[in-house]
Amino acid sequence: MALVVKAFFSMKFSEQFENRFVRMLAHYPTKRSVLVPTLLYAQDETGYLSPEVIHEIAERLELTDLEVENVISYYSMLTKTPRGKYNVQVCTNIACLVRGGEELLDHCKHKLGIRNKGTTADGMFSLEEVECIGACSWAPAVQVNYDFHENLTTERMDEVLDEYRAKN
Amino acid sequence: MASLVSHPDEVKVVSKRFGMGATNIDRYCELDGYTALQKALEMQPDAIINEVKNSGLRGRGGAGFNTGLKWSFVPKQSAKPKYILCNGDESEPGTCKDRLIFEHDPHAVIEGVVIAGLAVGAHAGYIYVRGEYRYLLEIMQKAIDGAYARGFVGKNVLGSGYNFDVYWHGGAGAYEVGEESALMESLEGKRGIPRIRPPFPAVVGLWGGPTVINNVETLASVPHIINGGAEWFAKLGTPKNGGTRLFCLSGHLNRPGVYELPMGYNLKKMIYDVGGGIPNGRKLKAVVPGGSSCPLLTADEIDLPMDFDSLAKAGSMLGSGGLVAVDDTTCMVKFALRIMKFYRHESCGWCIPCREGTDWLEKTLKRFHSGGGIEKDIDNIQYLSENMLGRTFCPLGDAAALPTISIVKKFRKEFEDHLEGRPCPFEEHLVSV
Repeated sequence: MALVVKAFFSMKFSEQFENRFVRMLAHYPTKRSVLVPTLLYAQDETGYLSPEVIHEIAERLELTDLEVENVISYYSMLTKTPRGKYNVQVCTNIACLVRGGEELLDHCKHKLGIRNKGTTADGMFSLEEVECIGACSWAPAVQVNYDFHENLTTERMDEVLDEYRAKN
Repeated sequence: MASLVSHPDEVKVVSKRFGMGATNIDRYCELDGYTALQKALEMQPDAIINEVKNSGLRGRGGAGFNTGLKWSFVPKQSAKPKYILCNGDESEPGTCKDRLIFEHDPHAVIEGVVIAGLAVGAHAGYIYVRGEYRYLLEIMQKAIDGAYARGFVGKNVLGSGYNFDVYWHGGAGAYEVGEESALMESLEGKRGIPRIRPPFPAVVGLWGGPTVINNVETLASVPHIINGGAEWFAKLGTPKNGGTRLFCLSGHLNRPGVYELPMGYNLKKMIYDVGGGIPNGRKLKAVVPGGSSCPLLTADEIDLPMDFDSLAKAGSMLGSGGLVAVDDTTCMVKFALRIMKFYRHESCGWCIPCREGTDWLEKTLKRFHSGGGIEKDIDNIQYLSENMLGRTFCPLGDAAALPTISIVKKFRKEFEDHLEGRPCPFEEHLVSV
C-alpha cells in the first residue's frame, strides 16, 4: 500500500504524514473515513488547504475536489487561506466571557495591530475569536496553534506572545 | 496541561487515578487497571449489560439515558459489523472534563470501550477526540499501542479468543459533531449533518452497522462498575442516578475546577462550598447548571440536588456537567447574545428553524444590547425560540432556544432596561463580531 501511494502521487508530505495516512486507511471499512483527520494533518504541514492539497487528498480518497471542499467548509479548524505561523485563538464563549475573554481579545488586537481573522504583516501571528475550547475551569483561555494557555491576564498574554516571537 | 483541584466532599471514582501517572500502562495496571476487563471476559454479555443497567449509570454527555438500556437495544444478530463509538468531541460551553480523563486516565476509556464491545458483541471501537485536543491524540495513541502490546486489545484479547480493535479518530472543530448521528457522519468523512431517526444508531449506525455511542466519562465509569458492582455504584448517587459525576465549575467562582462529586450533591453547596463562592464580595445572579444548552437557574433556585431528575423537575437539565456561575455585574442580555452567537456559528443550516432562528435571534439580541431594542422584540425572542423547539433534526435548535427562553423569562426586567436607545446598564462593550 505504501509503495502504491508513493508511486502515484507527487505532492510532498512528510514521511510521518505518509506513514500515518497508510496506517489510518487500514482502520476503516471506507477510504473516505480518513478525510477529516487527514485534512488537518495536511494543513499542519502546508499551513492551509490550497487547491493542490485539496486535489491531492481528493485523488487519494477517490473523491471529487468539490466533495472535499464541501467537508472543509463545515469544520472551523480547516482553512483555505493562509494563517500566521502562530494562530492565536481567543475563546470568548460564556465561561471565558465572564472572566475577561473579550478584554483579552481586544488586547491581542491592539498588541498585534490586527483585526479578528487578520494576520500580521510579517506573517508571524494571526488572530481568531473562537468558540469554547474546553478550558472553562481555567478561563480565560487561549490556544496558540495547539498549545493551551490558561488562567490568562493581559500581562500574561503579552508574555505568551513574546515567548512565541522569541522562538524565531 | 490543565491543573487539578480537590475538595473533601469529593468521591473519586472516575478521577481516582488523576495525577497518578496512569497514562503509563504499568502504573495503570498497578492501580487495578484492566482487572475489570479480565472479569468481564468471564461474564456473559447479558450479565455485563444488566450490571451496567442496574448501576443506574446514565449518559454523561448530557442526554442522561440509562447506559445499560442503550446497550440492550443492539440486536444480538447482525449481518453488518457492530461498533463502539466513544464520543470525545467535548464542545459544550462550560464542559472540560473529558479532556482530563483522556489526559490522566486514557486506559480507563480504552478498557470501557472493550467491555462495551464484549457486552454487545462488537469487534471494533473508535475513540473520537475533538481536533482542538491535539495533545491528547499523542497520549491516546501511546495508550492504545501499549494496550495492544499487552494483549488487552487486538486479536485474542487475553487469550479469550475474542478479537477487538481500538482506534482513535481526530475531529477538526465542530460542536454539532457531538450529537451522535452527526458524530457518525464526521467519522465517515463527511460534514456533520445529523441523520433522521429512527433508525437509531443501535440498529443502523456507523457504515450501516449497529453502533453504541457513549460519552468518554460514561465509558470510563464502566470498568469501575464491573469491579465495584452495580449496587455499590448505584448507592453512590440518588435513585435512578447512579454514581458520581465530574462537575466542571467555571465562571465567577473563587475556586473553579473539575470536581468529582456524588450524583445528587446540592447545587448551592457546590457553588458556595466546593467552588468557594462568588469573588469580590459580589452576589450570585444566575447559574448555567450543565452546559450552555441548559435553561438557567436564578440564585433563588439553586437549593436542589444535582441529578438528572431533580434538574428536570426544576425546569432545567443536568446536561454535560458544565456549571457556569455568573455574578450580579453580568448583563444577561449580553450573556444571551453570546450564547446565541455560538449556536448561530455552530448551526449546520440543514434545518430551517435552526438556521434562520439562530440568525434572527442573534441579530435581535445584538440590536437589543446595543440600545436599539423595542418592546415587542422581547416577546419576539420568546416566540422565535419557542418555535424552534422540537422542530429540528438534531437537538442544536433546542440547545439554542432553551437557555434563551429561560433568560427572557427570568430576567425580563434586564431586557426592559435596555429599551429604546438606553445604554446597557452594565456598561459592557458590544460583543465583537
